[in-house]
Amino acid sequence: MKRSLAPAITLALALVAALPITASAHKAWLLPSQTVIAGDAPWITVDAAVSNDLFYFNHVPLRLDNVAVVAPDGSKVETQNGATGKYRSVFDVQLQQEGTYRIGVTNHYLVARYDDNGKPKRWRGTADTFASEVPKDAKGLEVSESVSRVQTFVTKGSPSDTVLKPEGTGLELVPVTHPNDLFAGEEATFRFQVDGKPAAGLEVGIVRGGTRYRNAQDEIKATTDANGEFKVTWPEAGMYWLETSTQDDKVSMPQAKQRRLGYVATLEVLPQ
Amino acid sequence: MRVTLTIALSGLLAMPAYAAEFDVDVQIPQLKVAEYHRPYVAVWIEGADNKAAANLAVWYQDKDTKEGHGTKWLPDLRQWWRRSGRTLDLPVDGVTGPTRPAGEHALNFDTSDPRLARLAPGNYTLVVEAVREVGGRELLKIPFTWPAKAPQSGKAQGKTELGAVALTITP
Repeated sequence: MKRSLAPAITLALALVAALPITASAHKAWLLPSQTVIAGDAPWITVDAAVSNDLFYFNHVPLRLDNVAVVAPDGSKVETQNGATGKYRSVFDVQLQQEGTYRIGVTNHYLVARYDDNGKPKRWRGTADTFASEVPKDAKGLEVSESVSRVQTFVTKGSPSDTVLKPEGTGLELVPVTHPNDLFAGEEATFRFQVDGKPAAGLEVGIVRGGTRYRNAQDEIKATTDANGEFKVTWPEAGMYWLETSTQDDKVSMPQAKQRRLGYVATLEVLPQ
Repeated sequence: MRVTLTIALSGLLAMPAYAAEFDVDVQIPQLKVAEYHRPYVAVWIEGADNKAAANLAVWYQDKDTKEGHGTKWLPDLRQWWRRSGRTLDLPVDGVTGPTRPAGEHALNFDTSDPRLARLAPGNYTLVVEAVREVGGRELLKIPFTWPAKAPQSGKAQGKTELGAVALTITP
């Protein structure tokens, strides 16, 4: 690591390190201005941040490097007016097609932990930068692969299903109930899968936004069944944060021994 | 003799020459607020499966303003948008129209109206939903059975965005 670049790299690593890997980490989220939309070619704006409180940007922004918006026909949509500030990133999306859009950030990294002259060192990068940046003879080297998705869904007009089809890699949410058709007091069903196969026994946590104005997280907990499915009955309207994670040894990067998988979605529940 | 015959025939055909009516009265309350906008209102019929079976009326601002086209706010009629609005190509002839002022609004439908005539026999709900810019939202329901063999009537009383809503079916 060159001395002159060190401050910038340290900052970048500090920000990247705030992405969710385990349930105990800070919460990453995308917050769309609305999820149910009408009009000819309406715009929405999306906040992206990492924080403890939902949905308040008071920790670090979520980086927009890997943000992707998929249109109802499966094509990619460019985001507009992207900016990253001290506490949050923001971008706009114009919805020109009828149907459901998926907005997501997928991060795929190698993570190394090792002993750097007595100090614990944490490194994050790609398979290519690993060789040049992590010492070959690092003491106590542990390398894992991390694949995390942070997603949300918005619909113009009638909901559609194209963008809900899983890619078949890593940990993915497969909605059984459409994610833009959620209403207070009604039950919704979702399925999780890992590499295209049902993920049983996953612990799912769901927290409604507005945590600053109440004294408890009021987390809803659910566990996926043999089909990878779980059900939730929404207690009230609001913007909800849904999270789960798991790990296995099915790595795609040869340097890693372990694979950590994370998934987060922001879902809007409307009143009756 | 002739009169008797006509009645007998019309009874057989279940389509009397005189109008059988499906009347909905919707009251939009007068509100003392600093900033008043006429509400968006949707009146529709839901089947026992909660799906929209017929759209009777939708009042919204169907033109451009400096804040965008009036259709932008239609999803605020949350339940109507979910049950029907989002699948419609607006405007819809005979259904959609401009917003209406505070007061009583009588919607009279002939039971031979295709939207009513094609309803399968069963239990239905008349739903009236209203939402107002910088105001609130309210939804009222009145159950009824179709087709009506005897006169039916139902009432619901709104508290905020709607006043009295009444349904009268005269077979």
